[in-house]
Amino acid sequence: MIKVLNPGLFTTIQDTGRFRLRDKGVPVSGAMDHRAATTANLLVHNLPEAAVLEITMTGPVLDFEEHCSFAICGALMSPKLDEETLENNRVYKANPGQKLKFGRLQKGYRAYLAVAGGFDTDIVLGSRSWYFPVTSRRQLKKGDVLQVGDLANSKQEKAEAYPDVFLHSDYIEAYPGPEYGLLSDRQNDQLHKGIFKVSNENNRMAYQLHEKIFRHEHSMLTSATLPGTVQLTPDGRIIILMKDAQTTGGYPRILQLSDRGIAMLSQKKAGDQLIFAIK
Amino acid sequence: MSLYELSYRPFGNKALLIEWPEQIEEDILNDIIGFRTAIANLYPDLEMVPAYNSLTLIASTPMDHDLLISDLVSLYARKEKMVVAKRKLWNIPVCYDAPFCPDLPELAVSKGMSEEAIVEQHTSATYTVYAIGFLPGFMYLGGMPETLHFPRREHPRLKVPRGAVGIGGKQTGIYPQASPGGWNLIGNSPIRVFNPENDPPCGISVGDQIRFYAIDKDMHELFTIQVESGVFQIKTLELDDQSA
Repeated sequence: MIKVLNPGLFTTIQDTGRFRLRDKGVPVSGAMDHRAATTANLLVHNLPEAAVLEITMTGPVLDFEEHCSFAICGALMSPKLDEETLENNRVYKANPGQKLKFGRLQKGYRAYLAVAGGFDTDIVLGSRSWYFPVTSRRQLKKGDVLQVGDLANSKQEKAEAYPDVFLHSDYIEAYPGPEYGLLSDRQNDQLHKGIFKVSNENNRMAYQLHEKIFRHEHSMLTSATLPGTVQLTPDGRIIILMKDAQTTGGYPRILQLSDRGIAMLSQKKAGDQLIFAIK
Repeated sequence: MSLYELSYRPFGNKALLIEWPEQIEEDILNDIIGFRTAIANLYPDLEMVPAYNSLTLIASTPMDHDLLISDLVSLYARKEKMVVAKRKLWNIPVCYDAPFCPDLPELAVSKGMSEEAIVEQHTSATYTVYAIGFLPGFMYLGGMPETLHFPRREHPRLKVPRGAVGIGGKQTGIYPQASPGGWNLIGNSPIRVFNPENDPPCGISVGDQIRFYAIDKDMHELFTIQVESGVFQIKTLELDDQSA
């Protein structure tokens, strides 16, 4: 097991998500940057759907109380095992009593810690992903004890790590959304050519962008939304729904990010810039 | 029953949006639910989200939109073979007494009605579930009498308790969990429309109907205990599907 000495800013358990309940209003949840989470899992021979820790901006301090193989992927957060400096995308072995801690955030925003066997936390409605109040837990807290799953669950072949290009590109891949056709030429131009900044309003539910585009007066009946749906409010604000977003909405859905686009946006924080690469 | 003119549009590379005419109508909703049932039989792996005049089909991997659309067009044209959708009427208890109804007095004064008359109207209507979203188990209900339409509060409450029954504009509904909210609160239901400990966590589906009935505080207390211990059964009725 692993003991939480310090939870970090916002650390949660995530897997690939909670499906087939969107028609009851249950968000999908799951790792924001699915590729980093998957890579971390594959590196320690887990199945891709094993639960990992999603670590946001400031990492936790964890105390290993058993032998454990682990890997960290995604954001570069200067991790250390006791005094040893660690690299992302590599497998390390911790001995009982060793402590994993994180330092300065160098690049990206969310890191993923996978342990061989996966985190064996409660499964609620088909998923281990934390989303309050569907799950009783909201985020990691000091004193939590995390159980590590059975190593017999681990049988995947070791995988290649994704290149870190994801942390360095500003281009966010998107498709035209269902209401893309409502955009005026001027709005379309702004969307294609604009350089946008992530606002302070960004979390697992949604990323709001700092810049506005021209306003509109289209109204529509409430309809389904997905992770990656880009909504345009009447006053021209752009809101990109993420993994914990509500499952329906009433604003025009002007773009739809690809899975790759969602993963890349998940590594952006307030002030970071982005450009929509519309297919 | 006539077939509607449907529009099919890609929603990213893994989803397809089907839209009916942009109207809030029970016939349209029933047609959506019927089509959903037929699609579910053919494509058991697709997730589907119905809402008002739309049905969104979501796959776990990229889809061939054109192929799927042509299959769906011919499926919709063979509509007489559609499976009848099972719909339910749910009777939901609500206590309209203090302290659950902080906005009822103001509503009564503004409407020039007695509080009893408001409760009487709220409990005499039959509501249709047009969508579930916003929060897990939050129902978008249509069918509130026009006499009860009332704007949202200017200053939303930071915390509305779970089970609170409110009126906001043309809509009424139940808060399935404690959350901030701007609706005028007129009562509280002891039932849990969404409970993650149950499977399924929410029995109510889009297309179902809802009626509220008034209970006093003692009943509210009793039902709350029964709900917590899992013995409370909501009174339901199977509805005949008109499109059958």
